[in-house]
Amino acid sequence: MASSGRRIEPYLYTLPSVLLIAAIMLVPLVIGLSYAFRDITLLDPMSGDFVGLDHFREVYADASFWNALKNTVTWTGASVVLQFSLGLVLALLLARPFKGRAPVQLLVFLPWAVPSFLSALNWAWLFNPVVGPLPYWFKAAGLMKTPDNLLSDPQHALWGPIIANVWWGIPFFAITLLAALQSIPKDIYEAAAIDGAGSIARFRRITLPLLAPTMVIAILLRTVWIANFADLIFVMTRGGPADSTQILSSYIFTVAFQRLDFGYASALAAVLLALLLLYACALVGLRQALAARN
Amino acid sequence: MPPQHKLYWVFHYLLLAAFMAFAMFPLFWLLKVSITPNDLLYSEGVRLWPSRITFEHYASVVKHTRFLLFFRNSLMVSSATAVLATLVAGAAGYGFSRFHFRGKFFIVGLMLITQMFPLVMIVAPIFRLLSPLGLTNSLSGLVIVYTAFNVPFASFLMQSFFDAIPPDLEEAALIDGANRFTALCKIIVPLTLPGLAATIGFVFTAAWSELLFALMLNSSADVSTFPVGLLAFVSKFSVDFGQMMAAGVLALVPVCGFFLFIQRYLVQGLTAGAVKG
Repeated sequence: MASSGRRIEPYLYTLPSVLLIAAIMLVPLVIGLSYAFRDITLLDPMSGDFVGLDHFREVYADASFWNALKNTVTWTGASVVLQFSLGLVLALLLARPFKGRAPVQLLVFLPWAVPSFLSALNWAWLFNPVVGPLPYWFKAAGLMKTPDNLLSDPQHALWGPIIANVWWGIPFFAITLLAALQSIPKDIYEAAAIDGAGSIARFRRITLPLLAPTMVIAILLRTVWIANFADLIFVMTRGGPADSTQILSSYIFTVAFQRLDFGYASALAAVLLALLLLYACALVGLRQALAARN
Repeated sequence: MPPQHKLYWVFHYLLLAAFMAFAMFPLFWLLKVSITPNDLLYSEGVRLWPSRITFEHYASVVKHTRFLLFFRNSLMVSSATAVLATLVAGAAGYGFSRFHFRGKFFIVGLMLITQMFPLVMIVAPIFRLLSPLGLTNSLSGLVIVYTAFNVPFASFLMQSFFDAIPPDLEEAALIDGANRFTALCKIIVPLTLPGLAATIGFVFTAAWSELLFALMLNSSADVSTFPVGLLAFVSKFSVDFGQMMAAGVLALVPVCGFFLFIQRYLVQGLTAGAVKG
């Protein structure tokens, strides 16, 4: 009795979450994936036929898809790199005790608490030359010839949502990395200092390797979330001007809810899912290699 | 540069000041627009502080719109989600942390996959599943959906907190005759309170901000959440930025209060666990 109880026990703890995730996420995911092979257009009673791989051929030939994919890479890459590097600097600054650390920490982490659509509206307002100061600052800094709205410049519009995203996402990395930093035992540093290691050597030899596992997992989750994160772009630019800020997830949203073509939207989503899975496998492999080296 | 060096600290505080300016400026602007009178909104659009201030936007948001209702809806949905998701994820995290069992790898893998696809893809299927159950156009439906979305990340978070607590503690209680569940409630839960607070905070914030499903599953204004209300505001009163920003500032109040409350647990809690994969 005791042994069989022990065997069932772990399943009792995990069962509620598994049931919930299966019902609300996995079943809909499978249904959603099945749409990719069918012609599903909302409000069209004639649709619903099985179309095989037609949608995927269409994806391959779709210039908007390739444009959105390129933008997804820029959007995700720039956002993750900037959020991560600034978050790491912030975590290093906050890891050392100093006077007033608690209120400073509260203030720099506050953007994380702002709902994303609200940050999007607010940043759109800041970039607008009629009511926002940023275009004038950009001009004063020599970045712009005239104080224009960054969001209406097809060449650089994507940087608007990226800046908003960096603002919003720095705290996530700072919080996670700060936590990891503070869990590194102090005596390792002291021992290294006694052995004559300078601060740069200590950072490279102790901090970086010990932070690496946390960094990899945080970067992995963040990349996937950001690649799927269309709120900022959708509210700030709706993918425009001229599709210059359209990323895959906002394109999927447009196809699904403006063209009401759920079949094609699901095919696009399946491609995005496959790409992200590939990326995750590559990163986990990298982490394994790093762990094996240490 | 050694930390005790004076020049280092100058540099340290300068950098921190830059971070604070970057973090606070947009929020300051939100506040500034919300107290600028309408007639000055454009003429003094780029001034750092308007020549006159007013609270009329706040008054009209509270008096003439249904924001108090949306506010209450959001508060209910977010709190219920935070508590429910943390309970479910706490149980799962404990299971992951303390047991090796068949299918664990599979379950973790499934949870990771749920983080990878665009949620847009499952809006229509979820609607079709929940509609016959009477869970669309209802706050309970939203709570269930949000709980499911947040459980995977929250489970990993909770697992790292449990991993940081030595198993000997509950083993000792088990030898004394307590069953594992009692040991969990009496010994482990009090130790992991900071972790629980951090998880509740993450989930609450996520649920408070969610827009897509709140918009797609609930069409009736009676069960709209704050983000949906704010969005409706944009299209209905597209010129009235003052009111919108005032509503936005009001939307920030509970979430900031909550953040204030949990933020000291946040780092402390994460430190205990140091999120590891």
